Amino acid sequence: MKILNDYKAILIGASAGSLKIITNILTALPKDFTIPILIVQHRRNGADGIMAELLNDHSQLRVKEADEKEKIRAGTVYLAPPNYHLLLEPDLTLTLTIDERVNYARPSIDVLFETAAESCKEKIIGIICSGGNTDGAFGLQQIKLNKGITIVQNPETAEVKSMPLAAIQAANPDYILSPEEISSLLLTIHENQKSHEFEY
Amino acid sequence: MDSSKKIDAILEAETSTLDYLTESLLSVVFEKYGYDFRNYSKAHVKRRLLNRMRLSKLESISMLQHQIMHDSSFAIQFIKDLSISVTEMFRDPDFYLAFRDRVVPILKTWPYIKIWHAGCSTGEEVYSMAILLKEEGLYNRVQIYATDFNNDSIKQGKEGIYSVENIKKYARNYQASGAKGTFSDYYHAQYDSAIMAPSLKKNIVWANHNLVTDADFTETQVIVCRNVLIYFNKELQNKVHHLFNSSLVKGGLLCLGDKESLQFTDCSHNYEALSKKHKIFKKLYLQ
Repeated sequence: MKILNDYKAILIGASAGSLKIITNILTALPKDFTIPILIVQHRRNGADGIMAELLNDHSQLRVKEADEKEKIRAGTVYLAPPNYHLLLEPDLTLTLTIDERVNYARPSIDVLFETAAESCKEKIIGIICSGGNTDGAFGLQQIKLNKGITIVQNPETAEVKSMPLAAIQAANPDYILSPEEISSLLLTIHENQKSHEFEY
Repeated sequence: MDSSKKIDAILEAETSTLDYLTESLLSVVFEKYGYDFRNYSKAHVKRRLLNRMRLSKLESISMLQHQIMHDSSFAIQFIKDLSISVTEMFRDPDFYLAFRDRVVPILKTWPYIKIWHAGCSTGEEVYSMAILLKEEGLYNRVQIYATDFNNDSIKQGKEGIYSVENIKKYARNYQASGAKGTFSDYYHAQYDSAIMAPSLKKNIVWANHNLVTDADFTETQVIVCRNVLIYFNKELQNKVHHLFNSSLVKGGLLCLGDKESLQFTDCSHNYEALSKKHKIFKKLYLQ
C-alpha cells in the first residue's frame, strides 16, 4: 500500500459502540494535524450540537457540526448533523441533503464515502468502526475501487461487530486494526504529509 | 464477475472522463427536456447518476445518455431521480413554533397576504402552513402559491392524499409545532390513506414553476423555500436569492431550511434575521 502525501480528507463511519473509539482517535491527534476529518455517526434526531461539544472537549482539534457549503480545513473535525446526509464536493466544500434514508440511516455513511471517493479519488482515507448494521460497506468499497486507503476496526475489538464485518467482506480493506493502531497509522500519514509540506 | 462488480470496474476505467461526460449529459437533458441541473451540487448529481446506472444495469454514461435521448419515459425517471421529493408535514416543528411566535403577529397587520411555497414537492409543508394559518385566524386573508418543477409532485399535492402511516408521524410533529387544534380534524382517513380537508385547499393555487429557469413572483409577502437550495451550487443559490429578493415586498419574510443561510450571497445585506436559529429573515425597508 503506497501512502500518498496529499490526502484531502479522513472519513470515519461510526454507529453503535463507536463513540469511545472516536474519542480515543481524536484525543490522540495533535493540534497541527494536517488532514480534515469528516465523521458520520448514526444517532437519534434532536441531539443537536451536543456531540460536537462533547468531542471538542476531548480533542486538540476543532470539532464542529458541518455547515452547508462550508470548505473543509486542516485541524478541523466535521460531524454530519442529525437528519441530513453529508456529501463531499470536488471543490472540497460540504453539501447537506435531505434525500431519503440509505440503509435506514440519515446521515448515511455510504453517502459520504461514495461522494468523497467520487470527488477526490485516491486521496481519501475511509475508516469503518463498530456498529450494528451494514451502512458504510458499499461506500468503503467505492474508496477501495478509487485506490484510497481503506481501514476497518478489527471486529475483535468492536463492541458491535456487524458493521466492521460487512465492510471487510465488501471492500477487502487495506488495514484491519485496533483503535490504537488506527490512531498510530493516522499519525504516520500525518507525519508523511507534514514533512512533504516542509519541502516547499 | 457479477454484474455490479463489472459495472464498478467499468466505472473505474471511465473515471477520468466522468466529469466531462456528466456535463455533457446534463446539457442534453437541458436542451431536450428543458430541465437544467447543470448548477446542482456535483456530488449529489453524480451519486444519483451512478445509482441510476446501477439500477438500470447501464454500463456507461454514454449508454445512459443514449437512453435519455431516445426514451422519454426513462428521461422523466432520470429527472425524478435528480429532483428532491422527500418532505413531511411540520418538518422541524420548532420552525412552525417560531413562525407562530414571530411571523404571525406581522401577518396580522396586513389585509392581504400572498405566500409562495417555492419547491413545494408533494405539498406536505404547504398543508402544514394552511393548518397553521387557519388556527391563527389568517387563512381567509391568504393566497398560497405552491410551486414545483415536477408536475407529478404538484398533482399529488393538489390531490392532498397521503398514507395514514405517515399521517401518524406527522401528528407528532404537529403536536410539537404549537398546535391549537386537533390534527384529525384536518383530514379524512379511509383505508390506508388520508385526504386533506377541502377547507384547507380553498386558497391554495398549485402551479409549475422552475426556480432555475423561470421568472419571479411579484408582491409576495412570504416566501417559504426550505431545503431546496441546499441542492444547488453557490452560483445558483445566489441567482435564486436575487429572484426571491425581487419577489418579496419590503418587510416581506423569507423562510429557509434549518441548515441554509443568506451568508455568502449578494442578498445578505437586504435582510435582517427575525429568527436566526429558525432561518426566518425579514426584507429591509431600506435597501
